[in-house]
Amino acid sequence: MNLLHLSLAEQGIFVLAALILLASFFLIAQVRLVAAIHSFAWQGALIAAVTFLVAGVQNTPHLLVSAVLTLLLKAIGIPWILHFLVRKMGLEREMERLQRPALTLLVGTGLVIFSYWAVLPIERLEFGATRNIIAISLAVVLLGLWCMVARHQVIVQVLGFMSMENGLFLAAVASTKGMPLVVELGVAFDVLVAAILFGIFFLQIRENLTTLDADRLNRLSEKEER
Amino acid sequence: MDARDTGGAVMADYVNPVGWLVAAAQGLLYVIAAPLFAAWVKRIKARLQNRRGAALMQPWLDLRKLMQKETIVAHTASPVFRAAPYIVFGGTLLAAMVVPLLVVKLPTTAIADVIVLVGFLALARFFLALAGMDVGTAFGGMGASREMLISAMAEPALLMVVFTVAMTAHSTNLSSVIELNLQTGLVLRPSFMFAILGLILVAIAETGRIPIDNPATHLELTMVHEAMILEYSGRHLALMEWAAQLKLMLYAVLLVNVFFPWGMAQSLSPMALLISFVALCVKLGILGGLLAIVETVFTKMRLFRVPLYLNLAFLFATLGLLSHVILETGP
Repeated sequence: MNLLHLSLAEQGIFVLAALILLASFFLIAQVRLVAAIHSFAWQGALIAAVTFLVAGVQNTPHLLVSAVLTLLLKAIGIPWILHFLVRKMGLEREMERLQRPALTLLVGTGLVIFSYWAVLPIERLEFGATRNIIAISLAVVLLGLWCMVARHQVIVQVLGFMSMENGLFLAAVASTKGMPLVVELGVAFDVLVAAILFGIFFLQIRENLTTLDADRLNRLSEKEER
Repeated sequence: MDARDTGGAVMADYVNPVGWLVAAAQGLLYVIAAPLFAAWVKRIKARLQNRRGAALMQPWLDLRKLMQKETIVAHTASPVFRAAPYIVFGGTLLAAMVVPLLVVKLPTTAIADVIVLVGFLALARFFLALAGMDVGTAFGGMGASREMLISAMAEPALLMVVFTVAMTAHSTNLSSVIELNLQTGLVLRPSFMFAILGLILVAIAETGRIPIDNPATHLELTMVHEAMILEYSGRHLALMEWAAQLKLMLYAVLLVNVFFPWGMAQSLSPMALLISFVALCVKLGILGGLLAIVETVFTKMRLFRVPLYLNLAFLFATLGLLSHVILETGP
């Protein structure tokens, strides 16, 4: 059993990676808007924890900076902005009924299996202890995409988009000892700016359409109006 | 551990008379301790609600009183109704014998694996539902149909948990799983984490505890287990309640002994057995406390929310299986 050859910290990385995957599933399945934002915040915190552990295990101190940055931005900053917007728009009790919850989650499981299958050749090439996490990170990316497809709430779709970025970040941390710090800083601020821009979009959509259901946006087209 | 190794050990276990004796004693301990465990959970729960709660011996006194009372059977009842309490109790007890309580290698745990355990529980549940429908009252049929709704969705999740654990141990035998866990010591396995979460959800659903069913009330609209045994009295009722307590104990022991087997005896020496007993009491005490807290914090959910709940259990179990394949295997 190869898990037994790893140190406790590396096993901890695996457990945290599995929890990140679980957070993605929660993001898809959460009916309540605020709870979905919370599960996104938890995912950010878990990714910060993974980065922290990887920094310790692989002895790469610059990852500590990105761990702190991730914690501040993805676990606290962006969720706080979204929370603020939700409160401003009075959507604290907003709920979205999933059409087919069981089927949605089953498709998610299928995506995990697909990403495992897709990543198998890469795993054979690399020899780092954490290479298995690439499959998890691809699954997080695909689950974020699936979240954008399956959910109608605009804010939840943005959360799915952001969790896709989480998956990419996890892949970078787990397989290549992290991206260069300049790139990471750039991406982090990109995401932050994106969050603010999305917030302005929310307010605009809300003002013009009095709803944040993405399906209703179709009615803008002239064909639907008639 | 390879398959041949366990095979040899299994053969040695069959012919060991001391092993059979200890297995019988272990079964007896299950029967004796089950009401105590139920009383422990009840007492902690009462404390959390600022009540004093009944004494720990209370379920025993209740059972004795029920045993002495006259047993009344409805006119419309068939022999199934009379036989069901014995089958339910017997099936649950046999299932409990499969789960190692104090010692790892026993003949009873060697001849039956965890799939047999699920089968015994299914047998007991089948006769419980039959008995509920037998007399022909509305409540009995309603309870039986609800029980079947819950178990039909809990069982796949339970089996997925079983497969997750079996893939790690390369065996569906609970003794082998526990021995593996004892040998490897503390290993953080993502698959086991998910399996624990899934098993907790399934156990709460199967034993009829609070988010699913409330064992303390006879509220017409919500009861599941109580609705099925509504027509029973006297020793039949005692056996049915005893079986329910046994099932709760069984799931609790399954949780603590499979995933946290520390302290379990691997030989039949008295000292090892004593340590194992103390460790078991501590583990069950903690688990009972946690269960009481869960029951105090959560409220009972609507019946039609139950599929979502069990869907979550299934998701946990499936993720456990997948994370075993993705994260724990490989060169």
